[in-house]
Amino acid sequence: MSTRLARGGRLIDRGAAQEFTFNGKRMKGFKGDTLAAALLANDQMLVGRSFKYHRPRGIVASGAEEPNALVNMGEGGRFEPNQRTTTTELFDGLTATSQNHWPSLEFDVGVVNNYAARFLPAGFYYKTFIHPRAAWKHLFEPIVRQSAGLGKVPKDRDADRYEQAYAFCDVLVAGGGVAGLQAALVAGRAGARVILLEQAPHWGGRAPVDGVEIDGKPAEAFVEAALAELSAMENVTLRTRCMAFGVYDHGYVLAEERVADHTPGDGRPKKRLWRIRAGRIVSATGAIERPLSFAGNDIPGVMLASAVRDYVVNWAVSPGDRTVVVTNNDDAYRTAIALKEAGLDVPAVIDARPNVTGDLPAKARALGIRIETGSAIVKVKGSKRVTGVAIGLQAGEGAAREEIACDAVAMSGGWSPVVHLWSHCGGKLVWDEAAAHFRPDAARPPITHDGSAMVIAAGAANGALPAGECLADADRAGAEAAQALGMKPKKAKAPEAAAPAEARMEPVWIMPQGAGPALRMKMWLDYQNDVKVSDVQLAAREGYTSVEHTKRYTTLGMATDQGKLSNINGLAVLADSLNAEIPQVGTTTFRPPYTPVTIGALAGESRGDIFQPLRRTPMHAWHEAQGAYFEPVGLWRRPYCYPRAGETHEQAVHREVTNTRERLGLLDASTLGKIIVKGPDAGRFLDMLYTNVMSSLPVGKCRYGLMCNEQGFLSDDGVVARIDEDTWLCHTTSGGADRIHAWMEDWLQCEWWDWKVYTANVTEQYAQVAVVGPNARKLLEKLGGMDVSREALPFMQWADGELGGFRCRVYRISFSGELSYEIAVPASEGMAFWKALNDAGAEFGAMPYGTECLHVMRAEKGFIMIGDETDGTVTPLDLCLDWAVSKKKADFLGKRGMQRTYLANPERWKLVGLETLDGSVIPDGAYAVAPGVNGNGQRNTEGRVTSTYYSPTLKRGIAMGLVRRGPERMGETVEFPKVGGGSVKARIVSPVFYDKDGEKQNV
Amino acid sequence: MLILECPCCGVKAEETELSPGGEAHLKRFGPGSSDEEFEAYMFARKNPKGVHFERWRHAYGCGKWFLAARCTATLEVFGTYPAQTSEPPADIVAKIKAKRPDWKGYK
Amino acid sequence: MKRYSVFAIAREALRYHQGWERAWKSPEPKKSYDAIIVGAGGHGLASAYYLGKNYGITNVAVIEKGWLGGGNTGRNTTIIRSNYLQDPSAAIYEKARALYETLSQDLNYNVMFSPRGLLMLAQTHHEVRGYLRTVHANNLQGVSTEWIGPGRVKELVPIINIDGPRYPVLGALYQARGGTARHDAVAWGYARACSAMGMDIIQQCEVTGVTQSNGVVTGLDTTRGHIGCKKLGIVVAGHSGQLAEMAGFRLPIEAVALQALVSEPIKPCMDVVVMANTVHGYMSQSDKGEMVIGGGTDGFNNYTQRGSFHHIEETLRALVETFPMISRLKMLRQWGGIVDMTGDRSPIISKTPLGNCFINCGWGTGGFKAIPGSGWAMAELMAKGEPGPLAAEFSMWRFKEGQFIDESVAAGVAH
Repeated sequence: MSTRLARGGRLIDRGAAQEFTFNGKRMKGFKGDTLAAALLANDQMLVGRSFKYHRPRGIVASGAEEPNALVNMGEGGRFEPNQRTTTTELFDGLTATSQNHWPSLEFDVGVVNNYAARFLPAGFYYKTFIHPRAAWKHLFEPIVRQSAGLGKVPKDRDADRYEQAYAFCDVLVAGGGVAGLQAALVAGRAGARVILLEQAPHWGGRAPVDGVEIDGKPAEAFVEAALAELSAMENVTLRTRCMAFGVYDHGYVLAEERVADHTPGDGRPKKRLWRIRAGRIVSATGAIERPLSFAGNDIPGVMLASAVRDYVVNWAVSPGDRTVVVTNNDDAYRTAIALKEAGLDVPAVIDARPNVTGDLPAKARALGIRIETGSAIVKVKGSKRVTGVAIGLQAGEGAAREEIACDAVAMSGGWSPVVHLWSHCGGKLVWDEAAAHFRPDAARPPITHDGSAMVIAAGAANGALPAGECLADADRAGAEAAQALGMKPKKAKAPEAAAPAEARMEPVWIMPQGAGPALRMKMWLDYQNDVKVSDVQLAAREGYTSVEHTKRYTTLGMATDQGKLSNINGLAVLADSLNAEIPQVGTTTFRPPYTPVTIGALAGESRGDIFQPLRRTPMHAWHEAQGAYFEPVGLWRRPYCYPRAGETHEQAVHREVTNTRERLGLLDASTLGKIIVKGPDAGRFLDMLYTNVMSSLPVGKCRYGLMCNEQGFLSDDGVVARIDEDTWLCHTTSGGADRIHAWMEDWLQCEWWDWKVYTANVTEQYAQVAVVGPNARKLLEKLGGMDVSREALPFMQWADGELGGFRCRVYRISFSGELSYEIAVPASEGMAFWKALNDAGAEFGAMPYGTECLHVMRAEKGFIMIGDETDGTVTPLDLCLDWAVSKKKADFLGKRGMQRTYLANPERWKLVGLETLDGSVIPDGAYAVAPGVNGNGQRNTEGRVTSTYYSPTLKRGIAMGLVRRGPERMGETVEFPKVGGGSVKARIVSPVFYDKDGEKQNV
Repeated sequence: MLILECPCCGVKAEETELSPGGEAHLKRFGPGSSDEEFEAYMFARKNPKGVHFERWRHAYGCGKWFLAARCTATLEVFGTYPAQTSEPPADIVAKIKAKRPDWKGYK
Repeated sequence: MKRYSVFAIAREALRYHQGWERAWKSPEPKKSYDAIIVGAGGHGLASAYYLGKNYGITNVAVIEKGWLGGGNTGRNTTIIRSNYLQDPSAAIYEKARALYETLSQDLNYNVMFSPRGLLMLAQTHHEVRGYLRTVHANNLQGVSTEWIGPGRVKELVPIINIDGPRYPVLGALYQARGGTARHDAVAWGYARACSAMGMDIIQQCEVTGVTQSNGVVTGLDTTRGHIGCKKLGIVVAGHSGQLAEMAGFRLPIEAVALQALVSEPIKPCMDVVVMANTVHGYMSQSDKGEMVIGGGTDGFNNYTQRGSFHHIEETLRALVETFPMISRLKMLRQWGGIVDMTGDRSPIISKTPLGNCFINCGWGTGGFKAIPGSGWAMAELMAKGEPGPLAAEFSMWRFKEGQFIDESVAAGVAH
């Protein structure tokens, strides 16, 4: 059994007991425990089920590389699936449940897959479930989906919040082991601004666990001294619980800090996303131990040797009473020694190497530990827990010569440097034959903006595994980082680490070497996804020989640990199957994140009301108070209508239309774009921008204008007013203001940069109100001030003045066909002005109206709307706006584009009005059909509706549409099929349905 | 996540401050140009895998457009220069040639 | 080719699966072929497959610089839909979707086509009108789509937040027979079928030049020597510009990065594909349980297969707003692909200025869903030397005439 030892545990506080539950069972641990350590201390080795075969799964590792020990954690708004227990700090009240089983962890029905495993090799699903056709979606896929999936689905809205922060530094050091500390010291002493990040809550990494001595003292002393020195430096920032998970181009690093993960509900954000720009990145991310591939290596109780050591030394937890160590290197002997020294039984060390020398094996021998050289585990006994191992010759085929009873197996297949941060932006790797691992190739680093190396690998992450080499390498890396940024590292002797001499490891990719198919089907590579040695060999046999093919065909390394344990072993097996060298086979691409990152942290605080910035007009609060129904228009929200009690939106719109046509309507038009264009060349510039002539517009007058892109397609429209000799004010659509302003600047800065023109987007500097309807003038006259009579301010003119004490600019323009004034006042006075209009207007029947009423009224008048009549493929000529397209101008944006054959084709669909024969409303988006079908069997069409409304004024459906040669076909009938059957017939008419002669707006 | 130095305001701008604007040094063809010329102006792009000259706007900064010489295969930036430049400046061309001897040149 | 079936698996299981043959052969290139296709992605392999299946042309090589299916075929978010607005797009995507329906049976390889339904959310009134237009167009194009209201959206997607304060869901464009498929399996299934017809799939073979005589293609220079051909098809997605340059012409194409990501796997919670174009994000759940997520493209030319992270953040903000429950899931893996974008964001399936050389490219963000239709149309073009109705509108000369096939009309994002 696994249990808590009476003594020791460098990370736990035995004075602070903490209670938690696992599958409802109450358990106890200590402050400083990880959840995995606490589970083991309570003899809970079995923690989950695997993905495919639902096999029992136990804790394998002690850190981020853990593939098995994932749990559902928390409840309600703090529920979280797939929480990795080996990196989860224990806290009082923690609740966890195991995953991927039904009905229970101990008895899982899904385990039938295990018994059928022989029939479910890699990729079996590509070869079956093919017939009958409907069965995949309706039968097989639901079964597959239900049995896959790991964690449960969160049900409630996230109760936590997340923060995002920026940081800038010269040198970012990822990893707070002795290598990271030393690199940070060197860079910090050189004067570099350093940020040092450590994923765990404590510093020092493996060195203290492994009993390394640095400059004659225990590693802990070095760590303490280094931290003291670093903390005293103002140019150094230290941060624990912070994982640098991804390196992006130009020195951009993302890190996730666990702020309140272990103190849920204390008011702090759960996590904080750091966006860091670094001059250089030192990757001191250590190395990860590899499992060995022997039959039954997935049975709970089989663990990494380093993890076993971590649990004993860090948390005083023994994973088993009797632990067999199996290895191909000297390092694993540290585990045997640590276990023995903790008073635990180590029946044997099974070493695949025929000759075992080295200081550590010698020490183990001296402690009386039996060492079996040239040997292998041929099979692990047990199902939900290891009960023993059968051993035989590594050079053999799997004959067992002895069985050794044990309840844990500590395995070590050597170490792989963590090269993720090096590789994310394209750093290349080199195969180190002696250590049998890939390490960063310093000659081919990832490069940053100036072409220099962006990442510098340090210590174990650079393949410098022995403590002495590791520190020296980190010292060099820190100096190199500082130097690269033009700083001078101080000359100081690097600390020296003393460690026992280690003999060479020998790569062992399967154990025993000659194992047959039956054993290879029991050798797990990927514990979570259930990928075995036999699966990789099958992939190779079937021609999935690229490492990417193998990965995808077998799903090797695609589980939530992203192959941290399985990748190297898998590709070694693949290389062997192909009779190729490992470096020839290569690795799969390392992609961020290094460990999974909470999506909430990436989304940050942008949710709910502040999901996106909200633009408000000065009158926004009034609309809200009136209960307006809003619609989003870009980042604005505009009142769609102002429904009264008991009214539907449709009824409200009809009331607003009728009231405006008969009495008086008020529209908040502040969102309308307003751009000042000024300068000696402003007229010339606007003549290029608009399809019609603006330079000839007299001061004091307004002119409607169209803008096209270079393709000749309409992009925006609006009324332009000439303010003075060299100043124009261009109105744009609400959604178009920023785009059009940017468009203007583009041409002015990049094409006609010698033209003397300034532009300014003053959209938000003014509040604008449209006062519309037969009573409009009465209202303004009541307010009093400037002369707004027909004579003083005729249609399509503007004037500055005062109304009711407000400084204002009044435009006589109309988008409704009614007598209409658009009045701009300084934004700060917008609300007061709006209220004054509403108050004074009451006696004239004033009502506010929204965007939909505006749309209906403009459609009744046949005025086009950008975005309705246009969609990016429509020219001004398609809309019969020929009068607004200058034939005199030699050039304007879009002129050449319109001349192309397809755009000049007389067969194009053109704007007309559409009057339904039965008075009904043509459905939104309907197409007019022509006889026959095209070459692809699609029904031929000859037009489509662009705007269609019920007109409360005319009491019938009206529409505008684009119809093939439309204007030539007045009076003809076209047919619009409805979705679901039937059709509407409509007569082609003029698009102006109301006040065809424009008398009302001119009064 | 690029950093480009805005030659107008001197800020080393984060990509999130910038708007990309496509290939630089295009010659505009208007009325009177042939169909081929106009098509090339609108659509033909060098789209090189390697050294590229492109337009950027410091949209959430000083608002100015500028041009950048950048490698599309490595994202290395060789230099930035004002938009009011009709072809790549000699110093940037020299710098690129020094770093990329195989480069066939701007034309 | 040994047929795949449950019986074959049972038979092999008894001998520890030692008897499976290679899914596709790995031959040395011959001196020449009737037709060569450059690019063993989904589109290239499908083109070869239909050359053989529909036209009996099997003396064909498919040449691949890296490993087959290793480009965008293996990097996309596996969405299949045909609810396009413009006639030519709807025709080819619907052809593709219809072929996907029976592809597993045609190839004897389970590509796991899952017509689970696809929704495009409308979150502005403008978008509502746009999708109503699409529904009407689809109705006449023989593409089955419908408009559904918010209540039905919530029924189909229980985890959705209908009443987001900023962009409430007003309804959706729904294609019940849209869905997903297993992307790698599509490439592998086509490769296996091509190989079984006697075609040569030649991986690790990079084209270094296109040889021609009197304006007609004669073959390719490659890292494995010269290979002659009577007809050449270039189907290389992100690297179309480079191949076109070798063949002596230029394309209206720019290469940009498109990114995607997946979450850690959870139990089934969403049975349909949901796209939210106003806020820029879309999501589905894979059979493994991962939430598969994508968004928009980067705005600058980029061949690195890495994108800018702020696009990932933007996409996730959008999706946390749309599906609040994903906030507590974790991003497991993110990646990027190179997509080639044409001037109107629609593909090119076309003859070229070089005789007997044909090109298929410019699929932008919409490539995977088109694979069978694209291959079908490309095979017709190569076999007959002239485009059939599916490819006719996708000529590379349309840009000169201004005859665009512009789908951005209907929706901001076209994935």
